[in-house]
Amino acid sequence: MDLNYLIAILASGVVAGTPILYASLGEVITERAGILNLGVEGMMLVGAVSAFYVGTFSQNKWLGLLVAIVAGGLMALIHAVITIVFRANQVASGLALTIFGTGLSAYLGRTLVGIPPTSTFKAVPLPGLSQIPIIGKILFNQDLMVYLSVILVVVLWFVFYITKAGLLLRAAGENPSAVDALGHNIFLVRYAAVIGGGMFAGAGGAYLSLAYSPSWVENMSAGRGWIAVALVIFAVWDPARALLGAWLFGVIASLGLHLQALGVMIPSYFLQMLPYIFTFIVLVITTRETKTRRSGTPAALGIPYSREER
Amino acid sequence: MKHKLLGSWEIKKTNTSSGLKKVVISVTSIILGLIFAGLFVLLTGKNPLELYTEIVQSSVGSIYGLSETIVEMIPLALCSLGVSLAFRMQLWNIGAEGQFYMGAFGATYFALFFSGLPKLVLLPLMLLAGLICGGLWALIPALPKAFWNVNETISSLLLNYVAYLWIAYLVYGPWKDPKGNNFPLTKQFSDNGTIPVFGNTRISYALFLMAIIAVILFFILKYSKWGYEIRVSGSSRKAADYAGMSYIKNVLMVMFLSGAISGIAGMAEVSGVLHRLQQTISPGYGYTAILIALLARLNPISILLVSFLMGGLLVGGYSLQTSGFPSSMVSMFQGSILFFVLAGEIFNNYRLVRKKA
Repeated sequence: MDLNYLIAILASGVVAGTPILYASLGEVITERAGILNLGVEGMMLVGAVSAFYVGTFSQNKWLGLLVAIVAGGLMALIHAVITIVFRANQVASGLALTIFGTGLSAYLGRTLVGIPPTSTFKAVPLPGLSQIPIIGKILFNQDLMVYLSVILVVVLWFVFYITKAGLLLRAAGENPSAVDALGHNIFLVRYAAVIGGGMFAGAGGAYLSLAYSPSWVENMSAGRGWIAVALVIFAVWDPARALLGAWLFGVIASLGLHLQALGVMIPSYFLQMLPYIFTFIVLVITTRETKTRRSGTPAALGIPYSREER
Repeated sequence: MKHKLLGSWEIKKTNTSSGLKKVVISVTSIILGLIFAGLFVLLTGKNPLELYTEIVQSSVGSIYGLSETIVEMIPLALCSLGVSLAFRMQLWNIGAEGQFYMGAFGATYFALFFSGLPKLVLLPLMLLAGLICGGLWALIPALPKAFWNVNETISSLLLNYVAYLWIAYLVYGPWKDPKGNNFPLTKQFSDNGTIPVFGNTRISYALFLMAIIAVILFFILKYSKWGYEIRVSGSSRKAADYAGMSYIKNVLMVMFLSGAISGIAGMAEVSGVLHRLQQTISPGYGYTAILIALLARLNPISILLVSFLMGGLLVGGYSLQTSGFPSSMVSMFQGSILFFVLAGEIFNNYRLVRKKA
């Protein structure tokens, strides 16, 4: 395999990893506040369909992205109400959100199937940086949403570890009663985290329908929402490691596609299995790691907070 | 024991919840769920009541519709019985879809390559193969769960995609019917490999299988020591360890059985309804099964009832297709109903009362 080919695989790996990166970052925020949201797949789908709908008819991809973000946030709001106010089981509520989002997106997108996009995110080479050998082609010849995702990783890292808001967020997932006792509104923090997480998932969906494969196809996220949830464990709830995981996943996925193009004699179905099997293995390995290092999982993850049971 | 919510109302904890109250809460939740989903239909300028009428009419409004509803009920109920067993132990096996596919795969293997065997030998063999393939597929996420506490929700779900692609490989590749006009399906099973049906309906005798498994599960869960064990292990691993129950053994057994029952569903579908393996053997039975198990509160007998209702919804979904709607939109109704059922759960344990001045 020559160098150019390798560069092409890595560059398309970044693209393939980006929707998962957005979704993973969202889930990191949500879980840091102590709420598990398994509705990522559903939120991504609703994000994808609304982005494509608005982006295509307004011929404005940014408007499409914005609406997808709002739609993802609204979807997450449902989960927030059910798990925070009604203190329902978070696993079940997240599954309900995925089931709901799958149906809602299929319904909303019924007239969009086969329609060509009018406004999409295309590669914008960064002046100067894109000239750097190898790295320039991989990292700096991408579309604006890829750059934005990297900026968001940095921003989130600062928010998490430097700001007071980040401290509050992490505390909400570690020790909610302490946050409450200090006079902060734990419910508000959790609401914000769940809705924020949904907005990221919505953006991830928008990336699918406006950049990765500009179109609307029923169920087009194809399990990426679940992979994003799995990568959060790999990322040990850290935005920077989420980036690493998502790109690694993307490279594996694009490797599968390129091997096919290279004429490797493995049936394409097996190559398509790679990302799921890879994620499965990563999940097993990282879970074992986190256990031995006793770090990572927010202590109050998945536990509804109730004042009376404090 | 007070919890402030809104204005002059407060929520009080109650320790008892009558049967009637549970029914009222469930029915209210379902109605609210349909209204909520209906709002989205309304927003796009369609009349949700028309859709709902269409769904009811096509599913239970005629003998044919009713029989089709029962055809859909069988895989739904079987998968749901499977996942409910795992849920009892707080094992979130959401891989029923994949276990269903693998069950269909195992059964198809024998139907295709041992088609000459007499029916009374071939069918039990197919059943056994479906059961084992489904069970083994569920063991893949169960092993890391049992030994290293790896999240089984995500891992079992990921395997659904692998199973789906495996079937795709087979029906587009080595198992494709050479005389099938290039469609992704295997050749039709010999008569020996098909489960008989009732009269001129498409309802197969797998209906008995479903009923038997439901009853067996009901008794195991309610009266056996093992049924008690898995409930205890589910609510607290510490308590189970203390009582000398093997958590690891129970995780593996429960997951195997859970997957095996979904595998049986896959076998029943290819052998009883489709008579061949094809790419589209499930409109998401394994996912709807999760919803059914939760709506039925994991009670095997209630599962049969809810499966009938959800089967009707699926049949209704197919008929919506002829009016230009995607049949998968029924999952919007399903998800919405589940929202309200989950939220409504709190009223079983709490009461909303007006504050005393």
